[in-house]
Amino acid sequence: METQQTEKNTITVNNRTIEWEENMTVRRVLEVMNYTFKMLVVKVNGRLVKRKDYDHALVPKDADVKVLHLVAGG
Amino acid sequence: MDNQLSPSQLRLIQEYSYEKGEINRGYNNRTLYVDIGKNEFKERPVSDEMKEKFIGGKGFGLRLLWNGTKPDTKWDDPENEIVISPGPIAGITQYSGTGKSLVVSISPTTDLVIDSNVGGYFGPYLKFAGFDALEIQGKSDKEILVFIDGTENKIKIQEAPEEPKDSHELVEFLTEMYADDEKDKKNVSIVSSGQAAEHTLIGMLNFSWYDVRRKVCRVKQAGRGGIGTVFRNKNIKALVVKIDKVSPNANQVADLKPIMERGKRFTKEIRELDDEQNRMRKVGTSHLMEIMNEYDLLPVHNFQYGSHKDASNVDSKSFQQRFTQGMPDGCWLGCMMSCCKTVEGFELKTGPYKGQKVDVEGPEYETAAGVGSNCGIFDVDSILEINFYCDTYGIDTISYGTSVAFAMECYEKGIIDDQVTGGIKLNFGNARASLKLLHQMAKGKGFGVVVGQGVRKMKEKFIRDYDADPELLQDMGMENKGLEYSQYVSKESLAQQGGYAMTNKGPQHDEAWVIFMDMVNNQIPTFEDKAEALHYFPMFRTWFGLMGLCKLPWNDVEPVGNEETEEPEKVPEHVDNYVTIFNAVTGKNINKYELIKQSERVYNFQRIFNIRRGKGKRAHDAQPYRAAGPVTEEEYKSREKRYDEQLKKVLDIDPQEKSIPEKVKLLKKYREDRYEKLLDAVYERRGWTRQGIPKIEHLKDLGMDLPELIETVKPHLD
Ligand code: SF4
Repeated sequence: METQQTEKNTITVNNRTIEWEENMTVRRVLEVMNYTFKMLVVKVNGRLVKRKDYDHALVPKDADVKVLHLVAGG
Repeated sequence: MDNQLSPSQLRLIQEYSYEKGEINRGYNNRTLYVDIGKNEFKERPVSDEMKEKFIGGKGFGLRLLWNGTKPDTKWDDPENEIVISPGPIAGITQYSGTGKSLVVSISPTTDLVIDSNVGGYFGPYLKFAGFDALEIQGKSDKEILVFIDGTENKIKIQEAPEEPKDSHELVEFLTEMYADDEKDKKNVSIVSSGQAAEHTLIGMLNFSWYDVRRKVCRVKQAGRGGIGTVFRNKNIKALVVKIDKVSPNANQVADLKPIMERGKRFTKEIRELDDEQNRMRKVGTSHLMEIMNEYDLLPVHNFQYGSHKDASNVDSKSFQQRFTQGMPDGCWLGCMMSCCKTVEGFELKTGPYKGQKVDVEGPEYETAAGVGSNCGIFDVDSILEINFYCDTYGIDTISYGTSVAFAMECYEKGIIDDQVTGGIKLNFGNARASLKLLHQMAKGKGFGVVVGQGVRKMKEKFIRDYDADPELLQDMGMENKGLEYSQYVSKESLAQQGGYAMTNKGPQHDEAWVIFMDMVNNQIPTFEDKAEALHYFPMFRTWFGLMGLCKLPWNDVEPVGNEETEEPEKVPEHVDNYVTIFNAVTGKNINKYELIKQSERVYNFQRIFNIRRGKGKRAHDAQPYRAAGPVTEEEYKSREKRYDEQLKKVLDIDPQEKSIPEKVKLLKKYREDRYEKLLDAVYERRGWTRQGIPKIEHLKDLGMDLPELIETVKPHLD
């Protein structure tokens, strides 16, 4: 018997595909990616999300998320 | 230390008087040459062309070293030089991070030019005493010190006192001796090394300043490439500089107003943003410990792994508890980033100072990762003790960490045994064993001396004397060009592999740190993108070394609105600060593109300097495989999912059908090929041939078609 493939909802983060969750915030994306670094620039579908908005800014299905880690120290 | 001796009691070997002159727009337009073998002094004029093409700092150092040495000069020939130059911006006090000097010499470990960027007050004071660079040549038959007295306009070569020998005591002793009184101590700065620098090839230099609040001398290190070893080999115990005072516009800049304005703006940023960003003022660069661990980039067990379960024992919180807080810890006046943290009253448990309470500088990230995690040591007290002894014995903590980690892995793999180590159980995590090696280095005895020759020499010895497998040692010995790697795991970032192994001096991160851009941000996916990053960032970072600037204030605090700029990773507002400050100091009118050109000139000069010494080609940019991928089965297993996925996706290989040794081999072939492709792309972007030789047209474009450079590259061009 053929197994039925359910299509998963996803987003891409820095060109890597991850699973999308209902009500997914920027903060949650950072958690899933284990991005703990503080000096980040986050863009969702090309639009900048400010640091203070990470907790409530929602990331839609199929979104293209860019999380730029700025350099420090090294 | 109680010091009854006065400078006049030291036997004077030779003295020279000079006229002070005036600094104009950041330059004295004169350098100082001292031959400590022949006891000769010369003042050398700085031409406009020299300023135009070489700027200052590292540029001046390289130009003078080229002129002073031959292609086959060895590190311990009298003709080798140590050149210290602060750069035109060095010495201003209105902007953070403006007191650095660059030190260059022929290195004992790489047989190439090495350059090291260092804080402390010596460089600015040298300039205020009347010189844009100090060039030391020759070798003395007695232990001497060179005293540059900017208060009386005299330079003296004096016989050095026999004691004390180690830096922390020597610097206090000499500061006390050369200062007129307690108030005058802040006007004295010392360059010194220590006992271990004499018996190893990884010796460094300590540059001092007097901390007026703590009433103690502090030091920063010119660490890389063994310049401390050259210093001790020349029989120099110390360099001393003394001035009257630092005046607010000692550099006689063209226009002070814009410098003050940018300085104020930057200070505000630090005050308002540092606590929520990198906490540099509280923990210095140690904040990177947890970040690197979390991103799998912290070197563990000789760079085999990128994280460890015990890393939280040595994170920045653990160090913060030890660092004195709320003190201005800048290594030059006016630095608001103030990152030179210190642990006061640390009680030593080993060695000649056992039981004494001392102040320990740092540790900075590189030290904590190098002597700590990379050697499997996750204990703050041990890291502090090793840090202290490395500093006072004159040892580079980065090369020390990478060398000890290599020896530990060799011991654990049975390549060397107790008989070789003299009974020292060199297992990862054995801090006592590491300290034993360090004390042996100071005494010039035992296996410590072997480790102190660095990774390349250890590899040669272990292959020759103990029948070690050459391929394995080549793969796991973390050196390139003879210099030990600094402390980041580059395996998963191809661009960083280039950032390390394509450097002029050897794998030190100060030239390019692009791991986040490449591995995490996935921002530079193509070879061309990576090549562009490996052009821009090394050139931009080279500029700090031409100017006498510290790199940290550039990107360790991010100004408000940076995220909205087009290229936030370049921190455009800070780049603009630097362009403005350079113009305001010198009266010139460069823009951000000319800034890169200034660096390119010196960068290409350094490459050609290496070619002149029979190196500096593609073959010398090869990396040890561990910098690029897993050498052992255990390493493969530690990231099996990632590596399997790569085999499947990119090479269309089913990992289930292969054994781990087969997979290690396949991955190695793939990753090594990619590195070769990267070399092609970067060389092209830099205007070099496929062999890594700067093309004549490119030198012409840069205005660097100097006859001696053309003559050097010509035979290598096809
Ligand atoms: S940022 Fe730190 S290392 Fe750089 S100049 Fe300031 S105190 Fe010194």
